[in-house]
Amino acid sequence: MNVAFILIAGLTLGSAIAAMSLRNLVHCALCTVITFAGLAAMYLQLNAQFVGFAQILVYVGAVAILILFAVLLTRNSENQPNTLLASPSWIIGILVAISVSGTIIYAVVKSTRLAQTLPPAPEATVQKIGEQLMTNYVLPLEIVALLLTAAMIGAVIIAMRDKNEKEDSGSKMITGNARERVSQPSTIHHPSSSQKTTR
Amino acid sequence: MTPLHHYLIFSALLFSIGLAGALTRRNAILVLIGVEMMLNAANLNFIAFWRYSAHPEALTGVMFVIFSIGIAAAEAAVGLALIIAIYRHYKTTSLEKVDSLKG
Amino acid sequence: MQSLDQIFVTGKQWLLAFLPEALQPVGSILLVIAAIFGVFATLFAVTTILERKILGRIQNRFGPNRVGPFGFFQPAADGIKMLTKEDIVPRDADKIIHFLAPLALIIPVALALSVLPYGRNMVPVEFDAGLLFFFAVGASTELSVFMAGWSSRNKYSLVGAMRGIAQMISYEVPLVLSTVTVIMIVGSLSLVKIVEAQSGFLFGFLPSWHVFTPWGFAGFFLFMIAATAESNRSPFDLPEAESEIIAGYLTEYSGFKYALFFMGEYWGMFAISGLSVTLFLGGWNAPFPFLQFIPSYIWFFTKLVLIIFTFIWLRGTVPRLRLDQLMSFAWKFLLPLALTNIVVAAIWFFSRALQFPGALGLRWIFCAAILAVSYVWLGRGVAQAQRAKRVYQYAE
Repeated sequence: MNVAFILIAGLTLGSAIAAMSLRNLVHCALCTVITFAGLAAMYLQLNAQFVGFAQILVYVGAVAILILFAVLLTRNSENQPNTLLASPSWIIGILVAISVSGTIIYAVVKSTRLAQTLPPAPEATVQKIGEQLMTNYVLPLEIVALLLTAAMIGAVIIAMRDKNEKEDSGSKMITGNARERVSQPSTIHHPSSSQKTTR
Repeated sequence: MTPLHHYLIFSALLFSIGLAGALTRRNAILVLIGVEMMLNAANLNFIAFWRYSAHPEALTGVMFVIFSIGIAAAEAAVGLALIIAIYRHYKTTSLEKVDSLKG
Repeated sequence: MQSLDQIFVTGKQWLLAFLPEALQPVGSILLVIAAIFGVFATLFAVTTILERKILGRIQNRFGPNRVGPFGFFQPAADGIKMLTKEDIVPRDADKIIHFLAPLALIIPVALALSVLPYGRNMVPVEFDAGLLFFFAVGASTELSVFMAGWSSRNKYSLVGAMRGIAQMISYEVPLVLSTVTVIMIVGSLSLVKIVEAQSGFLFGFLPSWHVFTPWGFAGFFLFMIAATAESNRSPFDLPEAESEIIAGYLTEYSGFKYALFFMGEYWGMFAISGLSVTLFLGGWNAPFPFLQFIPSYIWFFTKLVLIIFTFIWLRGTVPRLRLDQLMSFAWKFLLPLALTNIVVAAIWFFSRALQFPGALGLRWIFCAAILAVSYVWLGRGVAQAQRAKRVYQYAE
């Protein structure tokens, strides 16, 4: 057994469990970052350098920050009431998850068709990946580009406050742009004041 | 050297943790995190199978993961924008309170 | 001369020869880490005193001049003061995250420093995708800013952190897009190959650095502007604007943790300056053929210090931007110009096939004209937006 693998796997799984079970949403988001980084380390162990770096760039650099912003932009979501255990769906969810993982692990352990030997390290250089992207995978690449553009415009439009709502909220916020609102300090809920209101 | 099935077991565990989180937590943001975690577990499977395959020079697994990361980024952006829009309407991100389709 | 150029490489091999075979990889790693920390900690100390001296000169005063000759031992005094100060953590702070935030800054920055080629055969870690690695770890410093700001439980900290993250995310887009041109022309993400592509001389005397091409010139300036914002330096120092929000996310930090943050920010500046040297200023290549006898690492650090001096000069000269100016500058000026620059780089790349006499001059003029026109046009848009009446959101 590989020591590095055990360490990374333990850290990743531990932080994943923490991310899904902690009460403070900011802690959850920060634990998720550790999970993502651990997965990137896994990719590096598997000689997939480019994917590992892309994972860090996209997940740690962008998705995690997005999640943190979403947490701060939505009030009352930071400290949730401890109703987690009272819910009947809690047990069902855990049972479903355990059965799913049990099934997969059973299938993996019993399988005889899995490769047992590690082939020599393949050369997944950036140049080869680029060549593949421009030849065999050019159509998916274009579709992903279209999807990302559509998602960007969609996200801005969805998060944009429309004029009717602006009057309802009564705030003086005039910026009609998601990016600028991100930098608005007024909508950010401060953690200490939320604790005071819940107590 | 780590055998292939260790990676697969690890990704199965990660997938189920994400699944459990997505099923049990009520906050929409946490559900989204759970979904992202499941996607990541699937990505790890692709990379592991690619690394242990007989023809890794085809780069199929790597390509799949690159596209998957791109799509996951788009999903996170749209998902969080939706959560913020919903929050603005209902003043909550708890999924149990968001239960009517008509505003 | 060859031996002087490679003195650190041979020195490392000589030191490693003392170790048993099994320990050599570990010893190599430790040696590299020690070298990076030693060199950049020294450079940090020198930069702080130089910055204070130069700023003093710009502002017509002396700067620190009490400790040692001309005050040059001031960094040592500062260091002792920092280390002996009480480490205050606010009562309501999230103590674990408050503690981890400086580490979350210093580790990615040190990692980013480890992929830069400092000289011929002198790159601590050589990655096939070194540039991607640099940006990947550079992007994770935003988390440290968030952690520091949020965990302090201080309004100024949180405002500073939000400003910082919004600014870093916005300026990361032109930063990365301006480097795309270099990747397109060189055809590699490896920083070593990018430096090698800039060796050699045009007409026997002109260095073939990227900054001496139209796209490289524009890219260099776009990169430097974005880098200034990325390292939270003046005129983009809104996250730490002392006159507005105390010290931003650093407000609740004191003692050793503050020193770590301070060092991390300077190291981030060194890293991004080193990257701009590598990408646009020819890395460790000498500017003239007759100066090639000077060792490569000396050239690298000379260029690095020049860039750092430019940062200090800017800090002493330019006033701070307003938040809306900052954002509109990034999205309405830098981003379109960076995209135009990519098109220009493509034209430059494909017009290499032109071989008639004077083709180089024609390419030059054509590419420079596109950039100049878009610069003027976009600049007018920014100027018009600034003349418009500003809508105050909270002040009215």
